[in-house]
Amino acid sequence: MTGETPVPNGYDTAPGDRYEDTPGLAGGLRTYLLGLAFATALTAASFWIATANFIYAPAIPMALVVLAIAQMGIHIVFFLHITTSPDNTNNVMALAFGVLIVCLVIFGSLWIMAHMNHNMMPATALMRMQQ
Amino acid sequence: MSGATIRAGHDPYRIGHRHPELAAPDSTGHGEGGPAPQRIVVAYGFWIFLLSDIVMFSAFFATYAVLHGNTAGGPTAQQLFDLRNTGLETIFLLASSFACGIASLAVEQRNQMFTQVALLITGLLGLGFLLLELREFHNFILRGAGPGRSAFLTAFFTLVGCHGLHITCGLLWLGTMMAQFLAKGFRPYVERRFMCFSLFWHALDIIWVAIFTLVYLIGKIT
Repeated sequence: MTGETPVPNGYDTAPGDRYEDTPGLAGGLRTYLLGLAFATALTAASFWIATANFIYAPAIPMALVVLAIAQMGIHIVFFLHITTSPDNTNNVMALAFGVLIVCLVIFGSLWIMAHMNHNMMPATALMRMQQ
Repeated sequence: MSGATIRAGHDPYRIGHRHPELAAPDSTGHGEGGPAPQRIVVAYGFWIFLLSDIVMFSAFFATYAVLHGNTAGGPTAQQLFDLRNTGLETIFLLASSFACGIASLAVEQRNQMFTQVALLITGLLGLGFLLLELREFHNFILRGAGPGRSAFLTAFFTLVGCHGLHITCGLLWLGTMMAQFLAKGFRPYVERRFMCFSLFWHALDIIWVAIFTLVYLIGKIT
Protein backbone atom coordinates (compact mmCIF):
# COMPACT_ATOMS: atom_id res chain seq x y z
CA MET A 1 0.00 0.00 0.00
CA THR A 2 1.33 3.35 -1.02
CA GLY A 3 -0.97 5.39 1.17
CA GLU A 4 -2.44 7.33 -1.78
CA THR A 5 -6.18 7.94 -1.70
CA PRO A 6 -7.93 6.16 -4.57
CA VAL A 7 -9.95 8.39 -6.88
CA PRO A 8 -13.38 6.93 -7.73
CA ASN A 9 -13.36 7.26 -11.50
CA GLY A 10 -12.90 3.66 -12.52
CA TYR A 11 -16.53 2.80 -13.33
CA ASP A 12 -17.74 2.22 -16.85
CA THR A 13 -21.17 3.17 -18.07
CA ALA A 14 -23.49 0.36 -19.12
CA PRO A 15 -25.53 0.89 -22.29
CA GLY A 16 -28.79 2.39 -21.10
CA ASP A 17 -27.23 4.15 -18.11
CA ARG A 18 -27.82 7.86 -18.17
CA TYR A 19 -24.65 9.90 -17.72
CA GLU A 20 -24.33 11.76 -14.44
CA ASP A 21 -25.05 15.18 -15.98
CA THR A 22 -28.76 14.30 -16.04
CA PRO A 23 -29.42 12.89 -12.57
CA GLY A 24 -32.71 12.09 -10.94
CA LEU A 25 -36.30 12.05 -12.13
CA ALA A 26 -36.33 15.59 -13.57
CA GLY A 27 -33.12 15.10 -15.54
CA GLY A 28 -34.29 11.77 -16.89
CA LEU A 29 -37.68 13.13 -17.83
CA ARG A 30 -36.06 16.06 -19.62
CA THR A 31 -33.81 13.66 -21.58
CA TYR A 32 -36.73 11.46 -22.70
CA LEU A 33 -38.97 14.44 -23.54
CA LEU A 34 -36.19 16.03 -25.62
CA GLY A 35 -35.67 12.71 -27.40
CA LEU A 36 -39.38 12.36 -28.05
CA ALA A 37 -39.60 15.93 -29.40
CA PHE A 38 -36.62 15.48 -31.75
CA ALA A 39 -37.81 12.05 -32.93
CA THR A 40 -41.36 13.32 -33.55
CA ALA A 41 -40.07 16.31 -35.50
CA LEU A 42 -37.80 14.12 -37.67
CA THR A 43 -40.56 11.54 -38.27
CA ALA A 44 -43.02 14.28 -39.23
CA ALA A 45 -40.40 15.78 -41.56
CA SER A 46 -39.85 12.38 -43.21
CA PHE A 47 -43.54 11.76 -43.89
CA TRP A 48 -44.03 15.36 -45.00
CA ILE A 49 -41.10 15.30 -47.44
CA ALA A 50 -42.21 11.94 -48.87
CA THR A 51 -45.66 13.30 -49.71
CA ALA A 52 -44.66 16.88 -50.61
CA ASN A 53 -44.66 17.76 -54.29
CA PHE A 54 -42.64 20.97 -54.29
CA ILE A 55 -39.25 19.33 -53.64
CA TYR A 56 -36.93 18.28 -56.46
CA ALA A 57 -38.05 14.63 -56.74
CA PRO A 58 -34.66 12.87 -57.23
CA ALA A 59 -33.40 14.49 -54.01
CA ILE A 60 -36.20 13.03 -51.85
CA PRO A 61 -34.78 9.51 -51.21
CA MET A 62 -31.45 10.97 -50.09
CA ALA A 63 -33.23 13.49 -47.86
CA LEU A 64 -35.23 10.64 -46.31
CA VAL A 65 -32.07 8.62 -45.65
CA VAL A 66 -30.44 11.64 -43.99
CA LEU A 67 -33.51 12.21 -41.80
CA ALA A 68 -33.59 8.50 -40.84
CA ILE A 69 -29.91 8.49 -39.85
CA ALA A 70 -30.48 11.65 -37.81
CA GLN A 71 -33.43 10.02 -36.05
CA MET A 72 -31.42 6.87 -35.30
CA GLY A 73 -28.78 9.16 -33.76
CA ILE A 74 -31.46 10.82 -31.61
CA HIS A 75 -32.72 7.41 -30.44
CA ILE A 76 -29.19 6.24 -29.62
CA VAL A 77 -28.31 9.35 -27.61
CA PHE A 78 -31.61 10.13 -25.86
CA PHE A 79 -33.18 6.66 -25.43
CA LEU A 80 -30.23 4.26 -25.36
CA HIS A 81 -27.91 6.86 -23.75
CA ILE A 82 -24.92 5.87 -25.85
CA THR A 83 -23.03 9.16 -25.77
CA THR A 84 -19.50 10.44 -26.19
CA SER A 85 -18.82 10.47 -22.46
CA PRO A 86 -15.46 8.89 -21.61
CA ASP A 87 -16.98 5.93 -19.74
CA ASN A 88 -19.03 5.04 -22.80
CA THR A 89 -16.03 4.23 -25.02
CA ASN A 90 -16.58 0.46 -25.02
CA ASN A 91 -20.24 0.83 -25.96
CA VAL A 92 -19.41 3.29 -28.75
CA MET A 93 -16.66 1.02 -30.10
CA ALA A 94 -19.08 -1.94 -30.23
CA LEU A 95 -21.63 0.29 -31.98
CA ALA A 96 -19.02 1.47 -34.48
CA PHE A 97 -18.14 -2.13 -35.33
CA GLY A 98 -21.83 -2.97 -35.77
CA VAL A 99 -22.33 0.03 -38.07
CA LEU A 100 -19.28 -1.02 -40.11
CA ILE A 101 -20.68 -4.53 -40.68
CA VAL A 102 -24.17 -3.17 -41.47
CA CYS A 103 -22.72 -0.77 -44.05
CA LEU A 104 -20.57 -3.52 -45.61
CA VAL A 105 -23.52 -5.90 -45.90
CA ILE A 106 -26.01 -3.37 -47.31
CA PHE A 107 -23.81 -1.31 -49.62
CA GLY A 108 -21.75 -4.34 -50.64
CA SER A 109 -24.90 -6.24 -51.67
CA LEU A 110 -26.34 -3.26 -53.54
CA TRP A 111 -23.04 -2.60 -55.31
CA ILE A 112 -22.49 -6.22 -56.38
CA MET A 113 -26.08 -6.76 -57.47
CA ALA A 114 -26.17 -3.50 -59.43
CA HIS A 115 -23.04 -4.59 -61.32
CA MET A 116 -24.48 -8.04 -61.97
CA ASN A 117 -27.70 -6.53 -63.32
CA HIS A 118 -25.64 -4.19 -65.46
CA ASN A 119 -23.51 -7.00 -66.91
CA MET A 120 -26.34 -9.50 -67.29
CA MET A 121 -27.48 -10.18 -70.82
CA PRO A 122 -31.23 -9.48 -71.25
CA ALA A 123 -33.29 -12.69 -71.14
CA THR A 124 -34.54 -12.23 -74.70
CA ALA A 125 -31.00 -11.95 -76.09
CA LEU A 126 -29.96 -15.05 -74.13
CA MET A 127 -32.87 -17.03 -75.57
CA ARG A 128 -31.98 -15.97 -79.11
CA MET A 129 -28.43 -17.25 -78.56
CA GLN A 130 -29.65 -20.63 -77.36
CA GLN A 131 -31.76 -21.23 -80.47
CA MET B 1 16.83 -16.68 -15.87
CA SER B 2 17.50 -15.13 -19.26
CA GLY B 3 18.98 -11.73 -19.98
CA ALA B 4 16.27 -9.48 -18.57
CA THR B 5 16.58 -8.85 -14.88
CA ILE B 6 13.48 -7.98 -12.91
CA ARG B 7 13.90 -6.09 -9.69
CA ALA B 8 11.83 -7.48 -6.86
CA GLY B 9 8.80 -5.31 -6.22
CA HIS B 10 9.30 -3.29 -9.41
CA ASP B 11 5.88 -2.98 -11.06
CA PRO B 12 5.78 0.00 -13.45
CA TYR B 13 2.32 -0.79 -14.84
CA ARG B 14 0.88 -1.58 -11.43
CA ILE B 15 -0.36 -4.97 -12.58
CA GLY B 16 0.15 -6.50 -9.17
CA HIS B 17 -1.46 -3.69 -7.20
CA ARG B 18 -4.68 -1.84 -7.28
CA HIS B 19 -4.17 1.29 -9.34
CA PRO B 20 -4.56 4.30 -7.01
CA GLU B 21 -6.17 6.49 -9.68
CA LEU B 22 -7.93 4.16 -12.11
CA ALA B 23 -9.44 1.65 -9.72
CA ALA B 24 -12.80 2.21 -8.07
CA PRO B 25 -12.50 2.59 -4.28
CA ASP B 26 -14.43 -0.59 -3.50
CA SER B 27 -12.78 -2.69 -6.19
CA THR B 28 -11.29 -6.01 -5.18
CA GLY B 29 -9.08 -6.86 -8.12
CA HIS B 30 -5.70 -5.63 -9.28
CA GLY B 31 -4.79 -3.03 -11.88
CA GLU B 32 -7.88 -1.07 -12.81
CA GLY B 33 -9.91 -2.85 -10.18
CA GLY B 34 -10.72 -6.28 -11.49
CA PRO B 35 -13.97 -7.45 -13.02
CA ALA B 36 -16.63 -4.84 -13.76
CA PRO B 37 -19.87 -4.88 -11.77
CA GLN B 38 -22.38 -7.45 -13.00
CA ARG B 39 -24.75 -4.72 -14.15
CA ILE B 40 -22.11 -3.43 -16.61
CA VAL B 41 -21.21 -6.92 -17.83
CA VAL B 42 -24.84 -7.91 -18.40
CA ALA B 43 -25.81 -4.70 -20.17
CA TYR B 44 -22.66 -4.73 -22.32
CA GLY B 45 -23.22 -8.35 -23.31
CA PHE B 46 -26.81 -7.55 -24.22
CA TRP B 47 -25.62 -4.55 -26.22
CA ILE B 48 -23.33 -6.88 -28.23
CA PHE B 49 -26.33 -9.18 -28.81
CA LEU B 50 -28.44 -6.24 -30.01
CA LEU B 51 -25.73 -5.18 -32.43
CA SER B 52 -25.54 -8.72 -33.83
CA ASP B 53 -29.33 -8.66 -34.15
CA ILE B 54 -29.03 -5.40 -36.11
CA VAL B 55 -26.38 -7.04 -38.32
CA MET B 56 -28.90 -9.85 -39.00
CA PHE B 57 -31.51 -7.23 -39.93
CA SER B 58 -28.99 -5.61 -42.27
CA ALA B 59 -28.92 -8.84 -44.29
CA PHE B 60 -32.73 -8.68 -44.62
CA PHE B 61 -32.49 -5.00 -45.55
CA ALA B 62 -29.88 -5.81 -48.21
CA THR B 63 -32.13 -8.59 -49.59
CA TYR B 64 -35.10 -6.24 -49.72
CA ALA B 65 -33.07 -3.46 -51.34
CA VAL B 66 -31.84 -5.85 -54.03
CA LEU B 67 -35.25 -7.46 -54.70
CA HIS B 68 -37.70 -4.58 -54.21
CA GLY B 69 -38.14 -4.09 -57.95
CA ASN B 70 -38.69 -7.78 -58.77
CA THR B 71 -42.47 -7.80 -58.59
CA ALA B 72 -42.99 -10.57 -61.21
CA GLY B 73 -45.93 -8.68 -62.69
CA GLY B 74 -47.61 -8.50 -59.26
CA PRO B 75 -48.48 -5.46 -57.17
CA THR B 76 -45.69 -2.93 -56.60
CA ALA B 77 -44.72 -1.16 -53.39
CA GLN B 78 -46.37 1.99 -54.66
CA GLN B 79 -49.71 0.22 -55.22
CA LEU B 80 -49.70 -1.65 -51.90
CA PHE B 81 -48.42 0.68 -49.21
CA ASP B 82 -50.70 2.96 -47.24
CA LEU B 83 -48.64 5.69 -45.60
CA ARG B 84 -51.40 6.60 -43.15
CA ASN B 85 -51.19 3.12 -41.65
CA THR B 86 -47.38 3.34 -41.57
CA GLY B 87 -47.57 6.76 -39.91
CA LEU B 88 -49.93 5.42 -37.26
CA GLU B 89 -47.66 2.43 -36.60
CA THR B 90 -44.69 4.81 -36.29
CA ILE B 91 -46.53 6.98 -33.75
CA PHE B 92 -47.51 3.89 -31.70
CA LEU B 93 -43.98 2.52 -31.61
CA LEU B 94 -42.33 5.87 -30.84
CA ALA B 95 -44.80 6.51 -28.02
CA SER B 96 -44.18 2.98 -26.74
CA SER B 97 -40.42 3.59 -26.72
CA PHE B 98 -40.97 6.85 -24.81
CA ALA B 99 -43.24 5.07 -22.29
CA CYS B 100 -40.51 2.46 -21.81
CA GLY B 101 -38.07 5.28 -21.00
CA ILE B 102 -40.54 6.64 -18.46
CA ALA B 103 -40.82 3.12 -17.00
CA SER B 104 -37.04 3.03 -16.53
CA LEU B 105 -37.30 6.31 -14.57
CA ALA B 106 -40.04 4.73 -12.44
CA VAL B 107 -37.79 1.75 -11.75
CA GLU B 108 -35.03 4.16 -10.73
CA GLN B 109 -37.51 5.72 -8.28
CA ARG B 110 -38.48 2.24 -6.97
CA ASN B 111 -42.12 3.16 -7.48
CA GLN B 112 -44.19 0.01 -8.07
CA MET B 113 -47.42 1.73 -9.18
CA PHE B 114 -45.65 4.15 -11.54
CA THR B 115 -43.58 1.25 -12.98
CA GLN B 116 -46.60 -0.97 -13.63
CA VAL B 117 -48.61 1.83 -15.26
CA ALA B 118 -45.71 2.91 -17.50
CA LEU B 119 -45.03 -0.70 -18.53
CA LEU B 120 -48.72 -1.29 -19.21
CA ILE B 121 -48.82 1.78 -21.50
CA THR B 122 -45.63 0.57 -23.21
CA GLY B 123 -47.23 -2.82 -23.80
CA LEU B 124 -50.59 -1.49 -25.02
CA LEU B 125 -48.91 0.83 -27.53
CA GLY B 126 -46.70 -2.05 -28.70
CA LEU B 127 -49.77 -4.25 -29.05
CA GLY B 128 -51.48 -1.50 -31.06
CA PHE B 129 -48.49 -1.42 -33.40
CA LEU B 130 -48.57 -5.21 -33.78
CA LEU B 131 -52.31 -5.27 -34.54
CA LEU B 132 -51.92 -2.54 -37.19
CA GLU B 133 -49.10 -4.53 -38.77
CA LEU B 134 -51.10 -7.78 -38.74
CA ARG B 135 -54.10 -5.98 -40.24
CA GLU B 136 -51.84 -4.69 -43.02
CA PHE B 137 -50.40 -8.18 -43.68
CA HIS B 138 -53.90 -9.69 -43.67
CA ASN B 139 -55.06 -7.02 -46.10
CA PHE B 140 -52.12 -7.68 -48.45
CA ILE B 141 -52.75 -11.43 -48.44
CA LEU B 142 -56.48 -10.89 -49.15
CA ARG B 143 -55.49 -8.75 -52.14
CA GLY B 144 -53.38 -11.59 -53.52
CA ALA B 145 -50.12 -9.99 -52.39
CA GLY B 146 -48.95 -12.72 -50.03
CA PRO B 147 -45.30 -13.63 -49.42
CA GLY B 148 -45.41 -16.17 -52.27
CA ARG B 149 -46.48 -13.67 -54.95
CA SER B 150 -43.10 -12.19 -55.91
CA ALA B 151 -39.50 -11.81 -54.74
CA PHE B 152 -40.36 -8.28 -53.65
CA LEU B 153 -43.17 -9.52 -51.39
CA THR B 154 -41.09 -12.39 -49.98
CA ALA B 155 -38.37 -9.93 -49.02
CA PHE B 156 -40.97 -7.50 -47.63
CA PHE B 157 -42.72 -10.08 -45.46
CA THR B 158 -39.40 -11.47 -44.22
CA LEU B 159 -37.99 -8.08 -43.22
CA VAL B 160 -41.12 -6.48 -41.73
CA GLY B 161 -42.36 -9.80 -40.34
CA CYS B 162 -39.05 -10.39 -38.58
CA HIS B 163 -39.39 -7.00 -36.92
CA GLY B 164 -42.97 -7.87 -35.96
CA LEU B 165 -41.77 -11.16 -34.50
CA HIS B 166 -39.25 -9.25 -32.39
CA ILE B 167 -42.07 -6.98 -31.17
CA THR B 168 -44.15 -10.05 -30.28
CA CYS B 169 -41.27 -11.54 -28.28
CA GLY B 170 -40.73 -8.13 -26.68
CA LEU B 171 -44.38 -7.99 -25.57
CA LEU B 172 -44.11 -11.43 -23.94
CA TRP B 173 -40.89 -10.30 -22.23
CA LEU B 174 -42.65 -7.10 -21.12
CA GLY B 175 -45.45 -9.15 -19.53
CA THR B 176 -42.98 -11.28 -17.58
CA MET B 177 -41.12 -8.12 -16.45
CA MET B 178 -44.37 -6.65 -15.07
CA ALA B 179 -45.05 -9.92 -13.23
CA GLN B 180 -41.49 -10.07 -11.87
CA PHE B 181 -41.60 -6.48 -10.58
CA LEU B 182 -44.92 -7.28 -8.93
CA ALA B 183 -43.90 -10.62 -7.43
CA LYS B 184 -40.21 -10.08 -6.63
CA GLY B 185 -39.94 -6.31 -6.32
CA PHE B 186 -36.95 -4.21 -7.32
CA ARG B 187 -34.25 -6.84 -6.86
CA PRO B 188 -30.94 -6.21 -8.62
CA TYR B 189 -31.33 -9.13 -11.03
CA VAL B 190 -34.89 -8.11 -11.95
CA GLU B 191 -33.60 -4.60 -12.63
CA ARG B 192 -30.81 -6.00 -14.84
CA ARG B 193 -33.40 -7.93 -16.85
CA PHE B 194 -35.51 -4.81 -17.19
CA MET B 195 -32.45 -2.87 -18.34
CA CYS B 196 -31.90 -5.44 -21.11
CA PHE B 197 -35.59 -5.25 -22.01
CA SER B 198 -35.53 -1.47 -22.36
CA LEU B 199 -32.40 -1.67 -24.56
CA PHE B 200 -34.22 -4.26 -26.70
CA TRP B 201 -37.34 -2.14 -27.00
CA HIS B 202 -35.47 1.04 -27.96
CA ALA B 203 -33.35 -0.91 -30.49
CA LEU B 204 -36.55 -2.22 -32.15
CA ASP B 205 -37.71 1.36 -32.56
CA ILE B 206 -34.39 2.20 -34.27
CA ILE B 207 -34.93 -0.70 -36.70
CA TRP B 208 -38.47 0.54 -37.34
CA VAL B 209 -37.05 3.95 -38.33
CA ALA B 210 -35.01 2.19 -41.02
CA ILE B 211 -38.05 0.14 -42.11
CA PHE B 212 -40.51 3.02 -42.45
CA THR B 213 -37.94 5.09 -44.33
CA LEU B 214 -36.37 2.51 -46.65
CA VAL B 215 -39.37 0.23 -47.19
CA TYR B 216 -42.49 2.38 -46.90
CA LEU B 217 -41.55 6.00 -47.69
CA ILE B 218 -38.95 5.31 -50.39
CA GLY B 219 -41.10 2.43 -51.72
CA LYS B 220 -44.05 4.78 -52.06
CA ILE B 221 -42.23 7.50 -53.99
CA THR B 222 -40.15 5.40 -56.40
